[in-house]
Amino acid sequence: MELYELGLKEAATKIKNKEISSTELTKSLLDRIEARNGEINAYVTVDRDIALEMAQSSDTRIKEGNPRLIEGVPLGIKDLFCTKGVRTTACSHILDNFIPPYESTVTTNLWNAGGVLLGKTNMDEFAMGSSNESSYFGAVKNPWDLSRTPGGSSGGSAAAVADYQCAASTGSDTGGSIRQPASFTGTVGIKPTYGRCSRFGMVAFASSLDQAGAFARNVEDAALMLRSMSGYDEKDSTSADRPIENYDEKLDQFDIKGLKIGLPKEYFVDGLDPKVKEIIDQSIKNFTDQGAEVVEISLPHTKYAVPAYYIVAPAEAAANLARYDGMRYGLRVEGDNLMDTYMKTRTEGFGMEVKRRIMIGNYTLSSGYYDAYYTKAQRVRALITKDFVDAFEQVDVIFTPTTPTPAFKIGGKVEDPVQMYLNDIFTVATSLAGLPGLSVPAGKMGFEGANLPVGLQMIGPAFSERQLLRTAYAHEQMTKFEPLKA
Amino acid sequence: MIHPDYEMVIGLEVHAQVTTESKLFSGSSTSFGADPNTQANNIDLGMPGMLPVLNKEAVDAGIKLGLALGCRINRKSVFDRKNYFYPDLPKGYQISQFTLPIVEHGNITIDLSDGSTKNIGVTRMHLEEDAGKSVHDFGADHHSHVDLNRAGIPLMEIVSEPDLRTPEEAGEYLKKLRSILRFLEVCDGNMEQGSMRCDANVSVRKKGIAAFGTRREIKNLNSIRNVMRAIEYEANHQIDVLENGGTIDQETILWDANKNETRTMRSKEDAHDYRYFPDPDLLPLYLTEERIEACSKSMPELPDEMKERFIKDYNLSPYDASVLTLSKANASYYEAVVGQKNDPKLCANWVTGELFGALNKQGLDIDSSPISPEQLGELVEMISNNTISGKIAKTVFEEMFETSKNPKDIVEEKGLVQITDRGAIEAVVDKIIEANGDNVEKYRAGNERLLGFFVGQVMKETGGKANPAIVNEILREKL
Repeated sequence: MELYELGLKEAATKIKNKEISSTELTKSLLDRIEARNGEINAYVTVDRDIALEMAQSSDTRIKEGNPRLIEGVPLGIKDLFCTKGVRTTACSHILDNFIPPYESTVTTNLWNAGGVLLGKTNMDEFAMGSSNESSYFGAVKNPWDLSRTPGGSSGGSAAAVADYQCAASTGSDTGGSIRQPASFTGTVGIKPTYGRCSRFGMVAFASSLDQAGAFARNVEDAALMLRSMSGYDEKDSTSADRPIENYDEKLDQFDIKGLKIGLPKEYFVDGLDPKVKEIIDQSIKNFTDQGAEVVEISLPHTKYAVPAYYIVAPAEAAANLARYDGMRYGLRVEGDNLMDTYMKTRTEGFGMEVKRRIMIGNYTLSSGYYDAYYTKAQRVRALITKDFVDAFEQVDVIFTPTTPTPAFKIGGKVEDPVQMYLNDIFTVATSLAGLPGLSVPAGKMGFEGANLPVGLQMIGPAFSERQLLRTAYAHEQMTKFEPLKA
Repeated sequence: MIHPDYEMVIGLEVHAQVTTESKLFSGSSTSFGADPNTQANNIDLGMPGMLPVLNKEAVDAGIKLGLALGCRINRKSVFDRKNYFYPDLPKGYQISQFTLPIVEHGNITIDLSDGSTKNIGVTRMHLEEDAGKSVHDFGADHHSHVDLNRAGIPLMEIVSEPDLRTPEEAGEYLKKLRSILRFLEVCDGNMEQGSMRCDANVSVRKKGIAAFGTRREIKNLNSIRNVMRAIEYEANHQIDVLENGGTIDQETILWDANKNETRTMRSKEDAHDYRYFPDPDLLPLYLTEERIEACSKSMPELPDEMKERFIKDYNLSPYDASVLTLSKANASYYEAVVGQKNDPKLCANWVTGELFGALNKQGLDIDSSPISPEQLGELVEMISNNTISGKIAKTVFEEMFETSKNPKDIVEEKGLVQITDRGAIEAVVDKIIEANGDNVEKYRAGNERLLGFFVGQVMKETGGKANPAIVNEILREKL
């Protein structure tokens, strides 16, 4: 077994026990990236020197007998977390060569826990996309089938974990950008409750929805990663002032007997591949066999979630992306005058999908349309939130498929934005309600001639991450999902 | 003066810079006059991933102003994004309050020169951040430059109802608002430095017509005098247009203080669609009863309350009382002059008359007065107890203003103590009567106006030191 195959907890333990050094592990992963990145394209920036320097300082700490939670373990960081002195672009041409003079809170927390920055992972431009095809640095390939997408927007983070190019990575989820790629790559991906992780220093897409989260190859590692990155931050006014929980501890102390699992009838209908349903049904059966109870529930406003999301998110994005004007940092294309410079810079700097969302956002916010679109979408959002509140009076957790199908082909939906948006159908409602959701591998299926992983989505009440991770851990124990071989 | 058939309808929007140490949403300093771009951090620069955190001090200032203006304090208010592109607006939006401001529905009582007062409605006051400053055609390269020191500085935007009818009322409104801001110590009210700015919405209508005319908004008025002049100019301009059969277009115009005229900045067609929506980076602002109560408890005495007290306790005219309470500095100076014992009315005359006149002439404000309130109090006391005459006092005052010496020392040095000794005055009177036989005859023949001549002669003889009341009395006796 190669060092790069080690999981997060495993690696941290071996480093702490001085079985391996952080430097050895980091080198192993850097070599793995070097060998594989040309094909997978999971990383957009890898700084060997910084990685080895951080590894060295972890090794010193180990020597001094002063290890922290994940001391010495190298991590992949989605390219929308600002990293001080290391290029951060959100995979947009407009942030070409932007080197932040500050560190995001999430990555600060990770470095304070002993993490090592391995590199910045590829993503859809400004996290806008479900296939990683909108990245300025090109699409990421799904390690399970190189002709397929790993999903998006955190496609690089998911592919890097699946392909053993890091043990764990950060992602961000605005409408499914962690859960969908986790499902497509057979990894565990958790999006915690809105406010659990600070958004400070995270390049904004849609501020009321954006939430950082974690990828790993197993539930325990995802829990440990989330624990290392989350926490209250006074620099983010929407951050939740609650103590950090030790999500990774006592994961097995969980009694399935009596667990009430809600199955929303609106999620098990048209467009859901029958083989996906079969796999999800098997997962549910595993739980009922152990004494869990299944309750059919209704989330009646589900069908409005995608339209509401595609009004709220672009509106916020249109304003959030106004700062990329070529005046202070990033790309600037000189024009004849101010307006011309703005237009040339933004025309060249933004890709198609980003422009589309800026246009939608500015349209729905404009005078005369605001009430019909934005106000109405916010009202729908409140109803969707209430659907979940009502549901969680009856059940402990909600199970759904993460996506209607396994990973689709690169180029398969890129010409049809609406088809692409519909891929988020099972994930956006959770985001609109600000609830925690995760995707765990539930099985594999034949799909268009390939053998591909399928994810089960678990949704819980606000700040129920601990319960959610224990449920996911129980699922993992029963499912015996065979991950991709290194 | 405007056309007698017309009246003006004026509403003012005032931007007052809140005197906080740090900006509305970042920890950068707000101090004035630093080198360009030295007081702008990553948040002010609109760097990727930066987030606003609301300054609590600015919120308390807003609550206090709301209480002072008798506003409803909204228990919930919301910060919105006002979207537009400009290089001095780094985020591409300004954080302001649009639909739900922090306070609404108040009023300001203004004092008019005829002694009457008028209530002017305050529609709303909201908190917002300032933009940076653009300087065009600057330096050897004639480029535009941007200074972001001001970007993010907290402002209170105070919007009046269209209740003002004359430039004078507009001026009084601004003076009153400024004094309230200064009493509360929430804004220094300095218009020249830009910590208080004013836009005026002006329209005209024929007297007796209820509907408002089309308004034009005058931007960039940096003194109360300019506000008044611009309104007057603009109203006359609008009347000219209407009288010549034209119509007024809703426009934003700029006041050119050098040319004394307005010019168009942008027409209604060019008006921005600001695409306001609630800023998702900030939660709604909820104000608790405790917090409002705490602000209420820390409120100082306000100009109107103080004015009432001055009228009641010091027996002053409403006019004197309002002049003296226009600023906290004026009021406390005056109260120190009165001290424990001096005649309040006499003190008011000296402060509003001689002192304000002399300060005005020198362009000084009261804080840099060369005469301390204790010294002026001493002078007033010397008048009251007849040590010196009012006339001599003016001479003494002039020297005090020039040298900052104590009045007692000046009076002593120059021997200006008033002569109240009857015998001494009688001797002088006798001498004058003897020397002016002709006029004595004329006076006795009925030309009583000549009394003034004799008083003048006696004063001249005594170097102005004789007590005028005693001089009058003795002259009447002897003549």
